[in-house]
Amino acid sequence: MTKSLVAGALGLLMPALALAGEYNISVDRVMIDTGDFVKEGIGYNGSSPGPVLRFKEGEDVTINVTNNLDEATSIHWHGLILPFDQDGVPGISFAGIPAGETFTYTFPVVQSGTYWFHSHSGFQEPNGAYGSIVIEPKGREPFRYDREYVVQLTDKHPHDAARVMRNLKMMPDYYNRKQQTVGDFFSDVSEHGFMNALSDRMAWGDMRMMKADVEDVQGFTGLINGKGPDQNWTGLFEPGERIRLRFINSSAMAYFDVRIPGLDMTVVQADGNNVQPVTVDEFRIGVAETYDVIVRPKTEEAFTIFAESMGRSGYARATLAPREGMEGPIPSLRDAPLLTMADMGGMHGMDHGSMDMGEDDMAGMDHSSMADDGMKSMGDNQMDHSSMAGMDHGSMMMSGNGAEDPFYAKGSGLVPTAANGGKFLSYADLKAQKPLYEDREPTREIELRLTGNMERYSWSINGVKYEDAEAIKLQYGERVRFKFVNETMMTHPMHLHGMWSILDTGAGKWNPVKHTISVQPGTTVFMETEVDAPGQWAFHCHLSYHAASGMFRKVVVEGGPDQGSNAGVKQEQVGGDV
Amino acid sequence: MNNLKLSALMLAMALPATQVMASDMPVDDSGRKDALHLWGVQFEELEYRYSDDDEELGVWNADAFYGTDELKFRWLGKGEYAIEEQAYETLENQLVLQTPISAFFDAKAGVRFDTPEGPDRTYGVLGVTGLAPQWFEVDANLYVSDEGDTSAALDAEYELLLTNHLILSAALDATVAFSEDEEIGVGKGLVSTETGLRLSYDLIDRALSPYVGVVHERKYGDTADFARAEGGSTEDWFAVIGARVAF
Repeated sequence: MTKSLVAGALGLLMPALALAGEYNISVDRVMIDTGDFVKEGIGYNGSSPGPVLRFKEGEDVTINVTNNLDEATSIHWHGLILPFDQDGVPGISFAGIPAGETFTYTFPVVQSGTYWFHSHSGFQEPNGAYGSIVIEPKGREPFRYDREYVVQLTDKHPHDAARVMRNLKMMPDYYNRKQQTVGDFFSDVSEHGFMNALSDRMAWGDMRMMKADVEDVQGFTGLINGKGPDQNWTGLFEPGERIRLRFINSSAMAYFDVRIPGLDMTVVQADGNNVQPVTVDEFRIGVAETYDVIVRPKTEEAFTIFAESMGRSGYARATLAPREGMEGPIPSLRDAPLLTMADMGGMHGMDHGSMDMGEDDMAGMDHSSMADDGMKSMGDNQMDHSSMAGMDHGSMMMSGNGAEDPFYAKGSGLVPTAANGGKFLSYADLKAQKPLYEDREPTREIELRLTGNMERYSWSINGVKYEDAEAIKLQYGERVRFKFVNETMMTHPMHLHGMWSILDTGAGKWNPVKHTISVQPGTTVFMETEVDAPGQWAFHCHLSYHAASGMFRKVVVEGGPDQGSNAGVKQEQVGGDV
Repeated sequence: MNNLKLSALMLAMALPATQVMASDMPVDDSGRKDALHLWGVQFEELEYRYSDDDEELGVWNADAFYGTDELKFRWLGKGEYAIEEQAYETLENQLVLQTPISAFFDAKAGVRFDTPEGPDRTYGVLGVTGLAPQWFEVDANLYVSDEGDTSAALDAEYELLLTNHLILSAALDATVAFSEDEEIGVGKGLVSTETGLRLSYDLIDRALSPYVGVVHERKYGDTADFARAEGGSTEDWFAVIGARVAF
């Protein structure tokens, strides 16, 4: 990557001048070698993933993006707060970058942390068009580290993304090779008895839902910084050093459960915003999320960074080692999770008589009321077990693993547990280090039901696909409370562009500030947004094939000052009315 | 439209010039705002059949589509080619439009052209196709021929996953005629059934799945009588070998 600080010379002469950096990015056809297969894809500056862009908070960046493809492209700066016309979504921010042309992005960098960038055109992102952004803060960071690495995950599939989409539309289970078989049925019979196994199958068959429907697109190779498990990306360290790992999930579809056997990980940042440090053994990173963790290997040995996909159909692997070439043991994949009826809690047509699950209890993960009773110590499992009674119908096999997390349906089969039996990060553990905004009452609530039909592979919001949808209109200066109700059996990482998503964990002013919020099946999750960015923005599920098949909205922010000149200072307009 | 309304509203309210004007905003004419247009081609059956009285057939059951979630144009083709006689026992081509009518079912309407050895027929088709509870794939059609005869056909299929690649599929096709069409050998009542059991292996994704199986064909009532009068059989067992193909 060629980076030139044009203001460098000037800056020496006039130190008071604002920082300004100029960056050049070319969008190219590249070859991607995962170790398992080689395929053509799209990359930046000749490779996929693209470069690590290193900005400084307060810098005015100029980024020249040259499109060497024979089709239009775009770059979206994921998580960056900037004027809407620099956000890089064709048809919403700007017209896109035609083939052969250069587009110059200019915007002030008003934040710090770990972010990423990717194409927002067609299926270029799952085809390889992504890179990372590291922004150095103006002030001191509230944690120390001796070295840092970007750890960018993706789920590289041998098929071109457009073909994946077409196959999913033609046969929604095209890539699902974790389906329940006759053999699994007999296992269930021996474990639960014939009638229980049969009625369980009948209950799922009646809904035309598969409990193995956790990962739609399987058959990928997990990559870390572009390297497959066998190519083993390696980050070097000196024993005793604190290493900051900047995890970014740039997958098209795959969630990853990440651990480094032998090392505790202290989570210090989520989606670019510092959180109160929490030490965990393992964490789940949703598509498009970032987590920064600090690890401190004290011994002269190699440690494996192991990232299993949530559906256990693939993994990514890398190594932290004192010397190049060293390897740690590679754990085997754990069993794939299965959805339970609890994950179906939000579905329509749950009233099948014999399967009455007490829908109100199941679907209503009402976090506002949970805040009142013991959200502070969620880790102590203060969940109300009495309401679980409604689920025990004897005839049903509730195969949840017994683990609990307030951001999963009670009895969900998806609740993650740490491989070593230790601490697994929950959203409930995330508390803002320094709230970006004053905590205030939201001015209104907008309900967004996450809807879809797996058998048609069509995904929507409030039952309406993007092609048929009106824009969501917000007023500048308001604080909107979004209520996500997941009525599907898939997890959806919802990403609002341009404005922060304050996730309601019940921690009040310490609620974490994110750009992407995972909504698990059968749950209701709330987030609040200070509407402080005029213009129009994209708002969508970040699973590539869900977004492309309709789970996408345009958000229009009406009113407010002219966005062109002062978007960079919007964070100082906390709670400001127009 | 909305942009126009909005700008009008803004003008009427005489907002300051510093306001972001809706009319300045890009309009989403990117592909994303269009319905996904997709296509697919599938041979559910593409097989060689060998009967218990040494008859050899080449058989296919294919479909191809282009369209959106809301409206698809679909071609459905069925053929049974008698290898020794070098003649089509069955040759059907349907062109239908298909649109969703419920979460799991689509309605179809179109025309069907039958051009086998012997007299031809053209039919109007009205049908539903979709996924019934317990994972039965169902396709039910009503036909009205250019001779004024009506008939109905029901196809159902169920797949049993022995493993995630080895699949046993059971298929039942049944045809009922509401009036007689002796010229093409169709009697009133239950006309025929075809029952198949195929064991397939997904060799390349779901694009190529070779299989072996058995198929049982039977004619009933007057239809069977017509077949006997012609010197044909009324019941056949076939061993089949072929492949499911999708691309």
